[in-house]
Amino acid sequence: MAYLQLQGIEKFFGDNRAIKGIDLSIQKGEFIVFVGPSGCGKSTLLRLIAGLEHIDGGTLTLDGKDITHAPSSKRDLAMVFQSYALYPHMSVYENMSFALKLAKVDATIIEDKVQNAARILNLTTYLQRTPKELSGGQRQRVAIGRAIVRSPKVFLFDEPLSNLDAALRGQTRVEIAKLHRDLGATTIYVTHDQVEAMTLADRVVVLRDGIIEQVGTPLELYDQPANQFVAQFIGTPQMNVVALAQLPAPLAQQAPAAAATGFIGLRPESVTVRASGSTPVSGQVDLVEALGAETLIYVRLSNGAQLVARQNERTPLRAGDAVSLDIDAALAHWFDSAGHVVTRKA
Amino acid sequence: MRASIYTPAYLVRTVAAWAVALLLFFPLGWLLLTAFKTELQAIAVPPELFFSPTLENFHEVQQRSDYLHYAWNSVVTSVASTLIGLAIAAPAAYAMAFHKGKRDKDILMWMLSTKMMPAVGALVPIYVLAQKSQLLDTQLALIIVFTLSNLPIMVWMLYASFKEIPNEILEAARMDGATLWQEAFKVLLPLGMGGLASTGLLCLVLSWNEAFWSLNLSAAKGGTLATLIASYSSPEGLFWAKLSAASLMAIAPIVVFGWFSQKQLVQGLTFGAVK
Repeated sequence: MAYLQLQGIEKFFGDNRAIKGIDLSIQKGEFIVFVGPSGCGKSTLLRLIAGLEHIDGGTLTLDGKDITHAPSSKRDLAMVFQSYALYPHMSVYENMSFALKLAKVDATIIEDKVQNAARILNLTTYLQRTPKELSGGQRQRVAIGRAIVRSPKVFLFDEPLSNLDAALRGQTRVEIAKLHRDLGATTIYVTHDQVEAMTLADRVVVLRDGIIEQVGTPLELYDQPANQFVAQFIGTPQMNVVALAQLPAPLAQQAPAAAATGFIGLRPESVTVRASGSTPVSGQVDLVEALGAETLIYVRLSNGAQLVARQNERTPLRAGDAVSLDIDAALAHWFDSAGHVVTRKA
Repeated sequence: MRASIYTPAYLVRTVAAWAVALLLFFPLGWLLLTAFKTELQAIAVPPELFFSPTLENFHEVQQRSDYLHYAWNSVVTSVASTLIGLAIAAPAAYAMAFHKGKRDKDILMWMLSTKMMPAVGALVPIYVLAQKSQLLDTQLALIIVFTLSNLPIMVWMLYASFKEIPNEILEAARMDGATLWQEAFKVLLPLGMGGLASTGLLCLVLSWNEAFWSLNLSAAKGGTLATLIASYSSPEGLFWAKLSAASLMAIAPIVVFGWFSQKQLVQGLTFGAVK
């Protein structure tokens, strides 16, 4: 049986069914990331696991124990909040030792654990300061420290990096990954940032409208999305999805029968820009984004559809230039008219 | 050269401000002067502004009507009603601020609406209740009535101050293993101390100054300073100087108290007013 098991978890806010029967098994030591657009229920699901919201249906078991209706204080989970939620009237040391003191842990053990966590997080010199005397990044580390001193069964992170600036976010992301490697703790991490999801997760859970769209390793989601939503949600720039009817006949003919009235999905790297007239798919450059390491070329086809191509080489092309696109049908994803993936029969 | 700050608008504002301030202070100033006059000087027309002050009135008040007895009653009733009120209002405010329900606003408005009813409307039932339960002219009767009449304001003020505490901090405490009591005493109480202090101070002042219920429910035994002052007005005619001396002694403690805690008081009155 899984370490943390969600079975048919339901949550209503008034008449609104926010979480619609979630089933999920999380193994011990796994790093799970919940990702999805805002309002998809990812934070709500985390708060249900934390016990901060009441579970209206289904069961939640942790390490073989039913904790569906256990109060937060009895679940042995630690949470890092988006706003950090440090205790403003306590020093960093007191913030980090608060949970252990409540659990009546021996003072020397508390001292050891806090000093140890402070060393891991580079907070040793700040232990006597109050939260308002710290920078955003330091507060973030205190919030993480408060969680790790307890050695909880599961760490919960609720968009912990969204209040940091871009540089610090990248750095903290690396630190969190390292921390997870060192501690091996089971972790559930909520984010709307797919780069965080892809880089941190063992498995990613993609949510939409209170249901799970797909669960898988980051590369599984990228390479084998279960549907059009996941395909377009994972990956930047997002996957090109074009109605088959908008493509020239030779390409459309390669589609599996079930996708005949559906869509073709193409990652930007499986679209190659060629000289005009060299392939049946022709169009005009809309925009060129030169990012240095890679170049994104947005091409408008003669029928109006827009495709983006990604290449590593720089390009002399400019907006308005006529080009042709080389599309590798073998790398294409096919979706039926409802957006479900259609696998091509061999 | 620096431009003159004495523009006409500035002068008008200054004069107006002084006029309002003097107008508000006038009764108090009058009281202060009269308390140190003899009865004869007090009723002199035109009023004497320069005279040799006397402490005779204060002696007289203490001798005739035991000032300390009434002052003690005032202290007991206002402190007790404030403490009991805080103990009742804080949990109510906590519930509404952190565990939101659909009808919170309605409940708050209903509480406030009870303050809009004239107190005299409830006089007869409350008087009869006090009489039947043998509480007339006791400290307990006043403590109960003061507590109840201040509760709506206390709940409102505490609700406003608690709402400024981020819910996530309390949730963090819960995640850290805090029980409801630990959450309340180790996190909410220290963070809400400012709000609790200003609410307590304001209610202390309101209870101290309360006159309507003191006059109607108490007399010589359980009476507060308000009762003492009133006793100088009617039966033997008006004794302006003694009345002023008694009033001065009644308000002095709370004025001094208010002076030292004015920062807290103002903070309490502006909760939620500015973000």
